[in-house]
Amino acid sequence: MSKAHLKVKVWRGAEQGEFVEYLVPRNPNQTVLDVVTYIQRKLDPTLSYRFACRVGMCGSCAMTVNGVARWTCRTHVSQIVQGDALEIAPLNNLPVIKDLATDMREFFNKWKGAVGFFKGEKTRYDDFAKVQPDSQERQLANAGIECIGCGVCYASCEVVESRPNYLGPAALNRAWTLTNDVRDIQQLERMRAVAGDVGCHACHSQGSCTEACPKSIAPTAGIAGLKKLVARAAVRGSKWGKP
Amino acid sequence: MGQAMNQGVLQAKLWYAQRISAMVLGICVAVHLVMIFYAIRGGLTAQEILGRTQGNVLFAFFYEVFVLACFIHAPIGISNILQETFPKSAIAKPVAGALGLLILILGSAAVLGVYTGGAL
Amino acid sequence: MSSRPRLDSRAKSHLSYFAYACHRFSGLLLASFIPLHFLMLSQSLRGAQGFEQSLALTDLRVFKFGEWALVILLAVHLAGGLRVLIMEFGPWNGLRKGWIQLSTLFGIACGLLFLYFAN
Repeated sequence: MSKAHLKVKVWRGAEQGEFVEYLVPRNPNQTVLDVVTYIQRKLDPTLSYRFACRVGMCGSCAMTVNGVARWTCRTHVSQIVQGDALEIAPLNNLPVIKDLATDMREFFNKWKGAVGFFKGEKTRYDDFAKVQPDSQERQLANAGIECIGCGVCYASCEVVESRPNYLGPAALNRAWTLTNDVRDIQQLERMRAVAGDVGCHACHSQGSCTEACPKSIAPTAGIAGLKKLVARAAVRGSKWGKP
Repeated sequence: MGQAMNQGVLQAKLWYAQRISAMVLGICVAVHLVMIFYAIRGGLTAQEILGRTQGNVLFAFFYEVFVLACFIHAPIGISNILQETFPKSAIAKPVAGALGLLILILGSAAVLGVYTGGAL
Repeated sequence: MSSRPRLDSRAKSHLSYFAYACHRFSGLLLASFIPLHFLMLSQSLRGAQGFEQSLALTDLRVFKFGEWALVILLAVHLAGGLRVLIMEFGPWNGLRKGWIQLSTLFGIACGLLFLYFAN
């Protein structure tokens, strides 16, 4: 029970494996990423993990720390340590490749599935699109536009866990920002993609995504917006897949 | 693609119906709660209840609206819970349907009963 | 060797999830109770005497407890439901945590009011 050391349990293996405990010297201003890096460089070079910028702008270092998904580079040990113990695991709801690295493909495929990409109709020969920055739509889009695809919200969602096909908060949030992009011309396809149990209607507003987002984005808000949009279209029947 | 779309339309309509019936129930339940507190003072007898509801068209109308809103709201909620808790079984629709039927029939019977006071 | 960890209570220990859980739980219990409630009320079709006879059942302690619990569940489900409606139809203003606290107080208040009025 040394105050100078942390007892850090780290997940080793893949879908099957075990938690292995390492003793890491405790330092002031230490982040969880510092801890993981120390383990890999000084104690066990076989540990696999991801990071890149280490300053909270790329989202690569997201992991499950003491049961909650976080950016490890922006999580100070002093903030979340329990006594002198830490538990570090890969992000939930995603397949584990090895140790702390998960397979992000399904996460990004679902962005595509939600038509979470832009398509316009203007060319370089046309005039600029004019988008009012203070318009309602632009403000709604701006509220969700800063997403960097880190996967923390996806890893925190119980609906993602219980419904493998659910598109998830990040994909739906991105869809919502594009729904509010007046230049985009795929609104009908997007609306079809995000309706139903695979999309916005599976969300129960539990709010774990909004609580966990390190960029303070509220996917719950975007999903609520999509619910209203889709319901209106379904009831009016006008823009819904009339051939 | 066509089937997925119809699924989406159905889910959207169900969501909308559940929310609209929720708004109706919001009012009905608030009124009902107040009535409960008023009615239970000094105990509750059949005489007292029927004294208020028998022949009262307003109450009958209010309660029937209440029953219809429950009939829409509860089965959709139950169906969601069952679909998520037992995703591989097909019990959601039949159980929700049975609940809906029970609510509609028993509820309307109850409204009829307190309106007529048994004097059918 | 064991399976990789999954979402556990640590990820769900926040107010908004608690509100969801209460809303789902209260809704489930209310939906189970409503047919029984209607059944009892429909005994009024038997006239005042027949109705009184079936009402006498509810004098049992367990029924009194059940009534009290149901009033609380109803209050909680109503307040939680209004919160969902505001989040989904109103302007976005966060997860409405103030509303959750209000709902809890409302539930407690209704429980106390019931005890007060039911002597």
